[in-house]
Amino acid sequence: MKHVLKYIITRVILTIPMVFILLTFVFIILRIMPGDPVSAMLGAHAPEYVIQEKKEALGLNKPVYIQYVEYLAQLARFDFGESMIFKQKVSSPIIEKLPATIELGIFGMLFSLVIGIPPGAFAARKRRSLPDFGIRLYGNIVWCIPVYWLGLMLQLVFGIWLDIFPIAGRTGTKVFPSLFERTGFYLIDTLITGNITAFLDVLYHIFLPALTLGIYLSGVYIRLTRANMIDILKSDFILAARARGIPENKIVYNYALKNAFIPILTMMGLQFALLIGGAILTETTFSWPGMGRLLLERIYSRDYPTIQGIIVVFALGISMISLIVDIIYALVDPRIKY
Amino acid sequence: MGTGEKERKKNRVKFSPSGIAGILIRKIIGVHKKYGMEWWIMIAGIIIILFTVYMALFPETLSPFDPLDQNAGPQLSPPGPVNPLGTDNLSRDVLSRIIHGSRTILGIAFTAAVLASSIGITLGLLSGFAGGITDRILSLIMDSIYSFPGLILAITFAAMLGPGVINITLAVSVTYIPTYFRLVRGQTLSIKEEVYVEAAKAMGAGRAVILARYIFPNIIATVVVLFSMNIADAIITEAGLSYLGLGLPAGVPDWGMDIALGKRFLPSGSWWVITYPGLMVVILALGFTMLGEGLAELLNPRLIEK
Repeated sequence: MKHVLKYIITRVILTIPMVFILLTFVFIILRIMPGDPVSAMLGAHAPEYVIQEKKEALGLNKPVYIQYVEYLAQLARFDFGESMIFKQKVSSPIIEKLPATIELGIFGMLFSLVIGIPPGAFAARKRRSLPDFGIRLYGNIVWCIPVYWLGLMLQLVFGIWLDIFPIAGRTGTKVFPSLFERTGFYLIDTLITGNITAFLDVLYHIFLPALTLGIYLSGVYIRLTRANMIDILKSDFILAARARGIPENKIVYNYALKNAFIPILTMMGLQFALLIGGAILTETTFSWPGMGRLLLERIYSRDYPTIQGIIVVFALGISMISLIVDIIYALVDPRIKY
Repeated sequence: MGTGEKERKKNRVKFSPSGIAGILIRKIIGVHKKYGMEWWIMIAGIIIILFTVYMALFPETLSPFDPLDQNAGPQLSPPGPVNPLGTDNLSRDVLSRIIHGSRTILGIAFTAAVLASSIGITLGLLSGFAGGITDRILSLIMDSIYSFPGLILAITFAAMLGPGVINITLAVSVTYIPTYFRLVRGQTLSIKEEVYVEAAKAMGAGRAVILARYIFPNIIATVVVLFSMNIADAIITEAGLSYLGLGLPAGVPDWGMDIALGKRFLPSGSWWVITYPGLMVVILALGFTMLGEGLAELLNPRLIEK
């Protein structure tokens, strides 16, 4: 246990340079590229002195390296600063929108595991047969589908032609937003207040976007599961199990799949970046009020502090997930010692 | 030493672009019996790519209307004899827009992949070969960028640069540099320990010669595979950026932009405006993925099949 703790601490310290580098990267991009919050806010025809005054007030006329140092100092106090466009703290829209993205991400991930792992295992079992070829082809096609277009197609079929699922938003019109002031996670909030109708309404709304994200990610899991299962099915303990006359189904889905989970788990951590990218595009298609839409809005208005804040949150999220995955990995696999 | 190894050694010495082409052609002719399915997958990929390249180079020969012609038929008319894939809200012919749009997406994805690969490969070679503090710093920077969602970086870049063909190409290419860097650096690290590199050093070969004649030719196979996969990915990213309205100025026919424009007319049932451009993105990306998988099999059987 002591070793695990030491490992965790080392890992946490190691994430600092990653966040730092990304932040620096984005900070520089934002400032060397054309366009700034003041001209985005006032338009191109504002008089020069108004622009200068505004820049002065926002600290934008200071040299870039001073702005950078000041921002880092602020960040070290866990303060994301104030938005340059709206009169609000950077953290407040993030706290408001983050739960929507997390909820979508978790459900998308669940869908992708359900859609991806069993067919992957099946394809490995029936290797080089027609079903194997079909499943691999599905994996490749899904990988090539733009996720927002997939969302639009699902909207077309289930939302417009069949008219059985809603195509936008997190809730229907009958559910009041005041229900969701506790955590921002709609599913948790509705459960706390015991409002089952609202809970079901939220589930009903998350289904299509989560399915879109799930299908998009399932291709990766099919590939991964198949490749790992093929490896494991060649190992000695499988041969031994076969020699003892254990049914093939039990060997594949019980013995082999359990062992394939470990590498799949590692990849789940690595796919997190993919999940975020997919979530952003899915959000735009389904008018989902999450981090992706927030980022896009703020990029258009050149709201530097908020963009930086969102990037930091994403980078921290990715580091945290990979840390959690590593810890689970250690707990699941007894061979790993730190 | 087996005959296969001898042959490889011979090829390595004779390295040149035409030499590589020769090896490829010989393999392509001789190998199709050995790899049944993979072979056909690759051929299908090549056919898709060649067809799209033809569309991109000579759109006039295929398209029935001008892509900007706002009199191609009635507004939002479904697929029919005059407009095989229907018209959009500005009465433009969807088929003609798709044919002309192929030039935009193919050009951007290809250029972005060329840019990303030349920067990524160079840095990867230098970093892996030099080692030490340079390698450490470069690796740390590249790993940080790599672990972050590429799409978000591309979005940030594209939004800051503003719309334009060159800008979107830059935004797409930046996100792929770390992929090449990591692959090439890893391979360089292992190849530079090989005996033949040692031998070259002993014979007095300079650093540049070792990099160019001994290390680079040996990573080219994996880079070619990655390049093909990269174009597939760049196609999807480009379409994504222009779907978000970050890509191109109005007037340039583009698949992603057509999806974004047609999205508004989906609730009223005009499915054809978005369905066909999206389908083309899928098919084209699939073509490059299939080519990549086939090449992986041909150039290095260990890469995908274990």
